[in-house]
Amino acid sequence: MALTKEQIAQRIARELRDGFYVNLGIGIPTLVANYIPPGMNVVLQSENGLLGMGPFPLEHEVDPDIINAGKQTITTLPGSSFFDSAMSFGMIRSQRIDLTVLGAMEVSEEGDIANWKIPGKMVKGMGGAMDLVASAKNIVVAMMQTNPKGESKLLPRCTLPLTGKRCIRKVVTELGYYEIKDGAFHLIEIAPGVTVDEVKAKTAGKLVISDSLREMQL
Amino acid sequence: MNKTVPNADEAVKDIPDNATIMLGGFGLCGIPENCIAALIRKGVKGLTCISNNAGVDDFGIGLMLKTRQVKKMISSYVGENAEFERQLLSGELEVELIPQGTLATRCMMAGYGIPAFYTPAGVGTEVAEGKEVRVFNGKEYLLEHAFEADFAIVKAWKGDKAGNLIYRGTARNFNPLMAMAGKITIAEVEILVEVGELDPNEIHTPGIFVNRIFQGEKYEKRIEQRTVRKA
Repeated sequence: MALTKEQIAQRIARELRDGFYVNLGIGIPTLVANYIPPGMNVVLQSENGLLGMGPFPLEHEVDPDIINAGKQTITTLPGSSFFDSAMSFGMIRSQRIDLTVLGAMEVSEEGDIANWKIPGKMVKGMGGAMDLVASAKNIVVAMMQTNPKGESKLLPRCTLPLTGKRCIRKVVTELGYYEIKDGAFHLIEIAPGVTVDEVKAKTAGKLVISDSLREMQL
Repeated sequence: MNKTVPNADEAVKDIPDNATIMLGGFGLCGIPENCIAALIRKGVKGLTCISNNAGVDDFGIGLMLKTRQVKKMISSYVGENAEFERQLLSGELEVELIPQGTLATRCMMAGYGIPAFYTPAGVGTEVAEGKEVRVFNGKEYLLEHAFEADFAIVKAWKGDKAGNLIYRGTARNFNPLMAMAGKITIAEVEILVEVGELDPNEIHTPGIFVNRIFQGEKYEKRIEQRTVRKA
């Protein structure tokens, strides 16, 4: 069975280490926060100006002055701090963020990523994504392997305007965990119950099945 | 030192048509609600607005889009606004989309008196078109310039009559950067106090950067994505 979005997040959570500062994008990446192992100290950065993001508030705790980058109401934790947007991107550019998780519309076998614009159709803007992919040292893309039309999002080249070039090394989809190197998607882990043929059918870019391919553990 | 003006209408009264203005806020958090309402009452046209977002259809900068007062938006993210997207796709509204960190730093550099800087965001994308690329330590960077804005309009939590400002929570965002960046800076605050009542240790924006200050009224502080957990 292909993974659910929750399970994609669960797999990515296995990349977390004690003491990590982590930036989670909108969508599937946000769900990663639900799978931080108990006892592990992970600090979530929200690029609108909060380090140490807590859970969503209880009804009586809602504060319009405390939101995350997805504009959701949020809480702080003991040790949290607020700062301005320039300082926030200083944390990102100077590589203080240990893990960045973001969504994508397309990823290429060279590690290019597109996730901000569909010309003539959808123009929302890049937000902080271009800053993140240009500077982050450890990025995981979390996405479904095909678009709503059923077309592969793992491509030889991106067809949409790029967010960043040669910056993505790891991708987790509902079918597997891939590392991008030497111009190919290397399938390292396959989701339980998914066949290599299915992965091949849904990967348009160059695919290499790792010699040490294993079933994904959640 | 007394920089107070009576209200939002007085604060924005000399903003002319075709001015370039910065507006603080992230989403609807920390936006200068009172000044936006005053700009709509005044009916000033042809504005270039530098702001991370463009509000939503019926709040924030979205209200100024409806009244067609904005000629150009300079932002990083403009989702959640159908009217914006309509005007953009039909070509009625000019839009420059900028990576969020670049947007913040272009504000900051204006306030710090530094005309330009290099940043890696956007290398190899359409953001890089026409920009100087320079390599430092083997990595490519784009030359980006400090903004020039006629007015900066910011929202703070507390301020004193000398213009010293304190922000609250994530409503800080772009506000302190823009406060330093406008040729004329207008600050609206929830709580305006006498000089001497704020602790100098806690001031985020020193009053030297602020030209006009007033206490806003009836803050709605609308929440875009009210999200709660169950007890």
